[in-house]
Amino acid sequence: MAEHPVLSETGGRLSGKDIAANFDDLHPPLNAEQVSVQASRCLFCHDAPCVTACPTSIDIPKFIRQIATGNEIGAARTILTANIMGGTCARACPTEILCEHKCVLNVGEHEPVAIGALQRHAVDYLMAKSSAHPFARATDTGKTIAVIGAGPAGLACAHALAKNGHKVEVFEAKEKPGGLNEYGLAAYKMADDFAAHEVDFILGIGGIKLHYNKALGRDISLEDMRGRFDAVFMGIGLGAPRQLGISGEDLNGVDDALKFIGHIRQTGELATLDPSENIVVIGGGNTAIDAAVQAKRLGAQKVTLVYRRGPAQMGSTKWEQDLAAINGVTFVHWAKPIRIIGNGRAHTMHFEYTRLIDGKLEGTNEYFTLLADRIYKAVGQALVDDGLAALKRERGKVIVSAHGQTSLPGVFAGGDCIASGEDLTVQAVEDGKIAAASIHTFLMGENHG
Amino acid sequence: MADLGCSIAGIDSINPFWLASAPPTDKQYNVERAFAAGWGGVVWKTLGTDPPVINVTSRYGVHKDTARGILGLNNIELISDRPLGVNLREIEAVRKTWPDRVIIGSMMAPVEEELWKDLAVKIANTGVHGIELNLGCPHGMCERGMGSAIGQVPQMVQDTTRWVREVVDIPVFTKLTPNTTDILLPAEAALAGGADAVALINTVNSIIGVDLDQMAPNPVLDGKGTHGGYCGSAVKPIALHMVAEIARNTATSDLDISAIGGITNWRDAAEFIALGANALQVCTAAMLYGFRIIEDMSDGLSDFMDEKSYKSIEDFRGLAIKNTVNWNDLNMNYDLKAKIDKDKCIECGRCHIVCEDTSHQAITMTANEKGGRDFTVVDGECVGCNLCLHVCPVPECITMVPQDNNLPYLTWPEHPKNREAAS
Repeated sequence: MAEHPVLSETGGRLSGKDIAANFDDLHPPLNAEQVSVQASRCLFCHDAPCVTACPTSIDIPKFIRQIATGNEIGAARTILTANIMGGTCARACPTEILCEHKCVLNVGEHEPVAIGALQRHAVDYLMAKSSAHPFARATDTGKTIAVIGAGPAGLACAHALAKNGHKVEVFEAKEKPGGLNEYGLAAYKMADDFAAHEVDFILGIGGIKLHYNKALGRDISLEDMRGRFDAVFMGIGLGAPRQLGISGEDLNGVDDALKFIGHIRQTGELATLDPSENIVVIGGGNTAIDAAVQAKRLGAQKVTLVYRRGPAQMGSTKWEQDLAAINGVTFVHWAKPIRIIGNGRAHTMHFEYTRLIDGKLEGTNEYFTLLADRIYKAVGQALVDDGLAALKRERGKVIVSAHGQTSLPGVFAGGDCIASGEDLTVQAVEDGKIAAASIHTFLMGENHG
Repeated sequence: MADLGCSIAGIDSINPFWLASAPPTDKQYNVERAFAAGWGGVVWKTLGTDPPVINVTSRYGVHKDTARGILGLNNIELISDRPLGVNLREIEAVRKTWPDRVIIGSMMAPVEEELWKDLAVKIANTGVHGIELNLGCPHGMCERGMGSAIGQVPQMVQDTTRWVREVVDIPVFTKLTPNTTDILLPAEAALAGGADAVALINTVNSIIGVDLDQMAPNPVLDGKGTHGGYCGSAVKPIALHMVAEIARNTATSDLDISAIGGITNWRDAAEFIALGANALQVCTAAMLYGFRIIEDMSDGLSDFMDEKSYKSIEDFRGLAIKNTVNWNDLNMNYDLKAKIDKDKCIECGRCHIVCEDTSHQAITMTANEKGGRDFTVVDGECVGCNLCLHVCPVPECITMVPQDNNLPYLTWPEHPKNREAAS
């Protein structure tokens, strides 16, 4: 079971080989028998609840039937028509709260069809077997659209626009495309550099040009983009990790969990953690889980995840929490950080227990400390305001219509920077898709929808 | 414990489960393994005149569901490819080692009286309990004028049966081919020829599939394929019908029946017995799973009989014959309506969509307050066809409820609309 970590058999640090195994696919691809068995379990529901549960409305019964009949390429086309990042979503989607949660087999068999794994099978099959991009571009429209941010929303939007015959230029603040797929997901969810392969695949449609190291407000401006392009899509995400606002937060050893995750993904330096270090992760979302589990899988003996509320309020799914438990992460619920103590470097972290009184979280005046050599903060991300002055915002998100239209004509937005749904890759893809359709209508008129 | 012993054509068997004449019964080694596993008898793989036939490689093809279930199998293997003398010696040896088990010798020969008679006598001399005439092979042997080439011509069925009948004093089983328009014709011919029993069905002529890369029928042999004999659970419905026709037809109802065709488990066995079979022959199921399937077959049949208080096979043999009627004898006034148990429903919508797309638009789908869907039968539109019941994946979720309409049993010939049309 890849969900179980490889532990040291001799004490001391994990070997490089052990760690490599810990960072291989969490869920290896299904083999031929598993594909056959799982695909055959699908009942081919009418108006299937799994489809309704998917933010991108992938026709799941159809693609599973296509797999069952040996039409994997067709299955992949079905998936990718609805969700061009079907490959990442198959790996990283919390299917346990989306499609698989709604699978009707949960009722009688207490085990849903392995929809995510089947989706991965089909998309991987297509990406491995077919060098040709599965979609053709429509005739060139002569329009060019700027997409700001090469994350899931931006790339999904760019792909859909390119498919409709538009030219697209994507401006990315970082050195690589992919957004959180590339920088923000646990390595074992995106083994073998999948995020980069997927971007190459998406760009295979043609008509999309990428610019790197172009941050909004620093290197490019919205005004300039509006002037140069026929429309603008903003998929800028939430670039600013939230801080705890406690003393000692500036000590060495205190970092954003996303930075830790990104470091693992980008450097491949996996064997650098001292197992004797005490790791504390603050937060309750999937990012907190990704950081805590990866720390364990690097060989850390003590990883404690502290969350200010209970398991039910955690942003991470029950499945993610169980994964952390299987990997040996210790949970402390109902506790909030007070301060971090250390001499230049973090050493101890102080907490106060909490409880809910009339829906309000309060400290209980009971305190405890944890030894904390490294502290990873995963308490959410906020919108970076740079360059957004002209846009209406609310509660830290860009305001858009149901069609992804912002307060500025010709400027659309999607992904984590808008308040559309859960902050998930699959939701970002859907936002990008919706905005692309709106942009197409905006540029070409209703009859070209 | 029910008694599973049975009797067919005067032959007593410890249970009704025999292995059919086929690859599993080609040699002493296999047959003894079968007897050790608990099979009541075997029909030895068909013997022909020397020199023996030569078989080809790649002999089987299968028809699968989308998982790994094999629905049907087809084969292009010919009769025993071992010298006649070897087979006869082995039969004789096994008869001695396993005196309480039945061995039937299966045979075929070109349509020449002397050949049939000589071979029948040689086989009878080994001490077999009976002889089965293979008049059914629909592949290979028929191209040489044997197998189904004989079975499809009633006069030849009668002649070959009579030839064998004239030279042996043991029971004669005539094995029939289903590759014919009316099974009663060869059955009546067998009876006229003096058969003690008929064995049916032999395999159904088939092309199991086409290899779309090689563009040739499966199994592909060096780029070519041919039609073969289809067997396995997929042919069971065809066999049930043909067995029932012989059992319920006055002219043939006295024939004992050794039923063959997709018998895979105790339930299949019970169904054939209910339609009049005296004993059963199994092949494909053993070829797919090995001989130990006999354990559940015997055990399951015994438990079924205990549950129904049948002490012997004869207690329930043929009980379904009287209820197997022509369409014209069905009750036109019988009225069923589907009923969906909402507590059991998992909301897959299969019943709705098949009724909506392909039937009578009698199951509605509406959103419920729990965010799910309710599926409801519209009694006024439901014709009681059963389609929803069959596609529903949940056991006993959909039931067909008889409507109490107080109308008498009314057949189509008696129906006013029919009389109106006739007058």
